[in-house]
Amino acid sequence: MSILIWIIQLIFVPVVSPLCVGIIRKIKAKLQNRQGANILQPYKDLWKLLHKDEIISKDASWIFQYAPFIIFAVTIVVGASIPLFSSFLNNTLTSDILVIIYMLSIGTFFLALAGMDTGGGFGGFGSSREMTISALAEGGLIFSLLTVAIASNTTNLFTISNANIFTSGQSFLPIILAFSGFFIVLLAETARFPFDNPATHLELTMVHEAMILEYSGKKLALMEWASSNKLLIFIALGSNLFFPLGIAQSANINAIIFGIFAFIIKIFIFCLVIALLESSMAKFRFFRLPDLLIVSFILNIMAICLIH
Amino acid sequence: MLEIITSQISFLILLSLFFIGAIGSLFFKKNDALSNAWSNFFAITGSLLGLIFSIFLIIKEKTLSFTFNQYSFSFFTPSFNIDMLSAFFIFIISLITLFCSIYGSSYIKHFYKKYSIGALGFFYNLFIIGMLLVVSASNGLFFLIAWEIMSIASYFLVVYDRNDKNNIKAGFLYLVMTYVGTAFIILSFLLLYKYTKSFDFAVIKSGIALIPLSVKNAIFIFSLIGFGTKAGIIPFHIWLPVAHPSAPSHVSALMSGVMIKTGIYMIIRLSLDMLQPIPLWWGLTILIIGSVSTLLGVLHALTEHDIKKLLACHSIENIGIILLGIGSSMIFYSLNMPSLALLGLIAALFHTLNHAIFKSLLFLSAGSVINEMHTRNMEKYGGLIKYMPQTAIFFLIGSMAISALPPFNGFFSEWLTFQTLFQGIMQFDPSLQWIFIIAAGSLTFTGGLALACFVKAFGSIFLARPRSANITHVKESSLSMRISMGVLALLSILFGIFSGYTTILLEKIGKNFTIFQNTPSFISTNYYKNLSIGSNFASVSTPALFILLIFAIFLVIFTFRYIINKNQKIKINDTWNCGTQLTPRMEITATGFARSIILIFKGILKPSIQHEIEYHDAESRYLPKSRTITLSVGNMYHSYFYQPLHTIINGLSLRIKNIQSGNINTYISYIFIALIIALFTVL
Repeated sequence: MSILIWIIQLIFVPVVSPLCVGIIRKIKAKLQNRQGANILQPYKDLWKLLHKDEIISKDASWIFQYAPFIIFAVTIVVGASIPLFSSFLNNTLTSDILVIIYMLSIGTFFLALAGMDTGGGFGGFGSSREMTISALAEGGLIFSLLTVAIASNTTNLFTISNANIFTSGQSFLPIILAFSGFFIVLLAETARFPFDNPATHLELTMVHEAMILEYSGKKLALMEWASSNKLLIFIALGSNLFFPLGIAQSANINAIIFGIFAFIIKIFIFCLVIALLESSMAKFRFFRLPDLLIVSFILNIMAICLIH
Repeated sequence: MLEIITSQISFLILLSLFFIGAIGSLFFKKNDALSNAWSNFFAITGSLLGLIFSIFLIIKEKTLSFTFNQYSFSFFTPSFNIDMLSAFFIFIISLITLFCSIYGSSYIKHFYKKYSIGALGFFYNLFIIGMLLVVSASNGLFFLIAWEIMSIASYFLVVYDRNDKNNIKAGFLYLVMTYVGTAFIILSFLLLYKYTKSFDFAVIKSGIALIPLSVKNAIFIFSLIGFGTKAGIIPFHIWLPVAHPSAPSHVSALMSGVMIKTGIYMIIRLSLDMLQPIPLWWGLTILIIGSVSTLLGVLHALTEHDIKKLLACHSIENIGIILLGIGSSMIFYSLNMPSLALLGLIAALFHTLNHAIFKSLLFLSAGSVINEMHTRNMEKYGGLIKYMPQTAIFFLIGSMAISALPPFNGFFSEWLTFQTLFQGIMQFDPSLQWIFIIAAGSLTFTGGLALACFVKAFGSIFLARPRSANITHVKESSLSMRISMGVLALLSILFGIFSGYTTILLEKIGKNFTIFQNTPSFISTNYYKNLSIGSNFASVSTPALFILLIFAIFLVIFTFRYIINKNQKIKINDTWNCGTQLTPRMEITATGFARSIILIFKGILKPSIQHEIEYHDAESRYLPKSRTITLSVGNMYHSYFYQPLHTIINGLSLRIKNIQSGNINTYISYIFIALIIALFTVL
């Protein structure tokens, strides 16, 4: 039984993540009065890309060749180490706040190196911007998760989720503040508005798309897939640490099915909010982004000060 | 056998090996190859012996102290006290010396016929003797002599490449700052002597209750300035980014990896051992200095495009991280939480070890690159991964370790430091909490910025297309250089995987301190080598993490390469560049990469842009002949600290000069006045 749960836990993120992208695109299309593609379109895209031939730049080294595999593998490991639909799984090996954050940094590191590796004009600037944003987002990210960690007296993600801060008698204000901080970081780390535009290529300020510009075929599929995995990982962190409602707290089959169901509803709500945000606001100028990230950091500091 | 290894004889043999290496290399200075072989052979043997000696001392938890009474004077006794902390530092010194010497033996070949190899070998070995004596001396005056040997030998190593004017200037700055630091150290030792009537560390420690609090505070401030200058804390760091790059690369590795840690050693020795009990504000000061040094260190590193200066700036950052551990340890101990204090000390010691490993790895691989490219300017590199593939991997591992990416060693010491600071945030009320929030905040941003900085460094050195024509004759560095880099890279993975064991060993060293003798442990490891903090507060299993990552990467590669669409064709073609011709100038430069971060932090870094345009016709100013844009980052320590200080001292000296009239009668009257004052004070 527990093996089955672990297998679901392992494959959940890569299997469901393209769906998030599909849902967001569909909602955005509806808001723009378009029909929009089927929500399963990202799966078809991945399948198509996986079967295409590749072109690789002659300037690229092994970093460019292996970065997609490393980045994708990291998102799989992280995805398996965080609470998704059940919080009773006791993972004391890899499920620590800092471990998760720094493992995601491995992905960022190789993504930025891969962007620089082909020596084009776009990739390098994409990497520079990505590293700027992620360096400034790190403070908000660690501190927002630290707030819930302090509230639950542990930095283990499963234990935090299981402790359920809503029932532990904490006041709402710090949690809400920390969540706002976290949500800003979520948008930054997953290359969403107002930080980055996930829909266009060759826009002046593009970040994530600029770094993967030279990829094609399988490697592009892996890069896109890893980026949607990252989106789902952040959604899972946001929903299961800050609002751990409905998560399975015991190895009961009904609880688990309910947990999966609740998680999918939460994913849908997050996607809806992201899509609404992306439809209602413009991308910020690059040098206004630090203000937003510092706001996230300050919100979290206020949350930590309020928590006692 | 074991008794001999851990006895004083073995330590003396160790010292004499380096001494023979030093003298011999001077003796054979006519023959470059022989003196190189001689000095490095003895340095390698000595450091191997040092490794065995220190490991056995640590494992057997033995403290070795001995004195040479026959050579003693009234204040000065050459006495040694090698407890586990000293043994730990001897371990670090020997470990890094071993690889630097192996590397050096082929690295210094390009100095043949240019400079004296004998002198290099002499000062190199003397420098190591100095460091070994510093961490083992147990008498204030003897310590100062050792400190001077270390400083002077390293000065001569900094100015070794003397044809470059900049190196001479760097050496001078280093010498001045070292002596300012030493002056403060002497002051604090004299104050200690005044109240305890001894220079002996053991006597000082037992008589510490005799010292009034105000004097103790003065001693703390003086020793913090003195040892902080050597450690490179901000604002006393100004010598570090100029002096370290000037030395030959294997010496830079030793200076950055090991020498600055002697400052850390003495800060630990004084604040957590000799001067206990200490007031709360000492720890707060160290914590603030640590936070400032980490954040500013990494920001300065981002502005550099000289590879060795960049690495030197990261030393400031890492010293800051070590100080965060020490500072929180001091705070916890002052507030009677010894378990948490022990945790902070372990974090600091672990980071000291890790930083020594990955920083020397980075300096050595940077040295290999410089050796081939003959410039330290990163803007002139590019594309080296194809020419030096192994050096590139070593540099990559070093970069990942210093950016605290798991599963490398840097991550786990930073993880421990974070956990210490988190405990501080959790345990205290807001009056003390804020300082831990600042410290943890600066550490989080430092992590992100260090990552950005090493993407910049690795990207502009090794990736994309070569930016200079020099590249054609670049080849992979020689075997001995690759071996020493490779083993250091391996160590940085191994200390990552086995960080559980290491932490337990370091805890033993911590418990060797008088103040931590019966402290209950806050760290535990279990069957899975799962390192836990507190009762289930945080835990991580480093072997599991490593295995999981490696397994996942192989699984992904296997699945997507060999199962899905395995008949895929791969074409090699140009990078797409909007249809224009690709030139190296289209790649992003190191300066360009860091530009946006520098602009975001312009309040701190004060960047400036100067345009210079030369026209064909100065009157009409239509056709520009050449344009120069100079980007620079202001040195705020110079303009806000050292320049005003210089002005004040100069002004004071000018005033004092007025009493020098040149008239002999005036001088006689001065003598008379002095005599009368002396008479009255005696009466």
